[in-house]
Amino acid sequence: MNNSAKNDYPPGLIRADDLEHLLKALGAGGFRIQAPVIRDQSIVIDEIKSAGELPAGWTDEQNRGHYRIKRRSDNAYFGYVVGPYSWKKFLFPPSTAILEAKRTGNGFQVSAAAETVSPTAFFGIRPCDLRALQILDRVLIGSEYRDPIYQKRREQILIVAVNCTEPGGNCFCTSMESGPGAAEGYDIVLTEMIDAGQHNFLAQAGTERGNLILQQVPSEKATSDALKSAAEAVQMAARKISKKIDTADIKEMLYANAEHPRWEDVAKQCLSCANCTLVCPTCFCANIDDYTDLTGETATRVRRWDSCFTLDHSYIHGGSIRSSVRARYRQWLTHKLAAWHDQFGSSGCVGCGRCITWCPSGIDITEEVAAIRSGTVKAKAI
Amino acid sequence: MATTLEKIKEGLDRSQPWMPNLFRVERIRKETYDTFTFDLETSDGAGCAFQPGQFNMLYIYGVGEVPISISGDPKNSRTLVHTIRAVGTVTKNMRQLKRGDLVGVRGPFGRPWPVEDAKGHDVIIVAGGIGLAPLRPVIYHLLAHREQYGKIILHYGARTPDDILFRQELETWRARFDFDVQVTVDRSTGSWQGNVGVVTLLIPKATFDPLQTIAMVCGPEIMMRFTVLELLKRDLTEENIFLSGERNMKCGIGHCGHCQFGHLFVCNDGPVFRYSDTADLFKKREI
Repeated sequence: MNNSAKNDYPPGLIRADDLEHLLKALGAGGFRIQAPVIRDQSIVIDEIKSAGELPAGWTDEQNRGHYRIKRRSDNAYFGYVVGPYSWKKFLFPPSTAILEAKRTGNGFQVSAAAETVSPTAFFGIRPCDLRALQILDRVLIGSEYRDPIYQKRREQILIVAVNCTEPGGNCFCTSMESGPGAAEGYDIVLTEMIDAGQHNFLAQAGTERGNLILQQVPSEKATSDALKSAAEAVQMAARKISKKIDTADIKEMLYANAEHPRWEDVAKQCLSCANCTLVCPTCFCANIDDYTDLTGETATRVRRWDSCFTLDHSYIHGGSIRSSVRARYRQWLTHKLAAWHDQFGSSGCVGCGRCITWCPSGIDITEEVAAIRSGTVKAKAI
Repeated sequence: MATTLEKIKEGLDRSQPWMPNLFRVERIRKETYDTFTFDLETSDGAGCAFQPGQFNMLYIYGVGEVPISISGDPKNSRTLVHTIRAVGTVTKNMRQLKRGDLVGVRGPFGRPWPVEDAKGHDVIIVAGGIGLAPLRPVIYHLLAHREQYGKIILHYGARTPDDILFRQELETWRARFDFDVQVTVDRSTGSWQGNVGVVTLLIPKATFDPLQTIAMVCGPEIMMRFTVLELLKRDLTEENIFLSGERNMKCGIGHCGHCQFGHLFVCNDGPVFRYSDTADLFKKREI
């Protein structure tokens, strides 16, 4: 998990046709490869064996409560942004056994749930999602208690990041300083460049093991022109991003506005469906359920994703603490953008825009923050 | 805050926080119609050290796990004592346990009551209902080190005389000349001859030195809110008032997100909070 970037590895230029060799080198290195693929009309993350399975030539159109995949005019491998899945599902699975208990004579014995974890390459992870992993690291293995499930999986991950050269309609990574270029935390970072019939990747190792993988891939030395155009592509992407959150004093601003009337407004639109928390790459709330098999001889404790939008989330004997949607939306947004700083030393938001895209009623977190900050109370059509 | 509400560093393996230690039920006794206490011990007699105010996650096989504060004497680390109200699936099943049955224990968790800070001070303890349970270890500690403290006052409110916890112990404590114990009930029944009314009605009558008094309060949130108001009226400072918060808890280790109270995790940053650090939060609804 030592992913600290070192930029003293020489950058290379890989022809798009040779991307297959990178996948082969990862496979030969013993890594299973998780990468973007198309399933059910959206770009999700699943295991692939060859570059042919990547959604080459596809893009995604994202807006408030809107997602469509479309054909591109070129054959770009990474001409889209992030879909409904995030990489947290591999490290912090939606449902995992955390403990097994077996009945014995007059008692029971406990053991850690057995699981085998194979080395896995996160192929094509975007800078915002890479930042999300660093945030989850702080939450789950960065303090006094360390989650062994996350830790074990995290240690097996190799990161092949892809810089964003074409942001989506809901992206605001520039506000959260998490993109569109990856700054650190990768083993390899790629920048895709399509220009005048040339289709190449600028490849940069961030770690020694990344460097060893890249050495097995045919490449040529990157010219200073290539370096320049890769950097420009990322800068261009940053300029294309239109959504933003003003993060100046955001913690104090949100704490001071716990009773802002806007919470009431957004609660009228919010269905409390929990979609935003499930697509969020950093939301970590989880419940623990208990199951016994039919014989009653074994009992399993299962950790399952939960959401602060459910009434059960804050239930204590006598009722739920946050019984109104207003309080639950306020909890989610204030936690993500404010309390997270106090708890884990950074924002909990990476600006990926998933919560905006997958909100069935099209609530836009950037708009909510702006409204609260400006103090204006605007009636919204549902 | 770190100096006064330090957690002790033992008990659970920090890298295997889901793994409970197994304890056996040594004794189980009924306290009231809906409340019981059990004593837990390990087979090797090692037990588990804890500080007053800390809690454990208690697991029973195949049913589930719940956070329960420790109600026993911190001097006796061999035995973990928990007092439990049977109100949910897990706690109702716990009431059915018998001597020798196994209970999984993860903990102890949380920041304790400031018994060190309270040295040389008067101490007023205000408890409502089952809130007396997490305060009983404080009482044991204060009485065991009686000479280190000034006046010690306990104000305890229960709903009815039948709801009074640790009745025998309360009567024993009440007989002491160095411990001012006042008990009140919201509703009187039968032959009750004592105070009637909410627990906050007792506070104006208590005698203590307001500038040298530490208050420790545990009970329903509404009761704690009004208790704080009464204590402030008696010129206690916000810094000297400590409250124990309650939220849904599923993990005890700050990972499950359920117990958030503003920016705080009740499991790790609490359950005992200094009022001056949390006054803003206690004033907000549904936070």
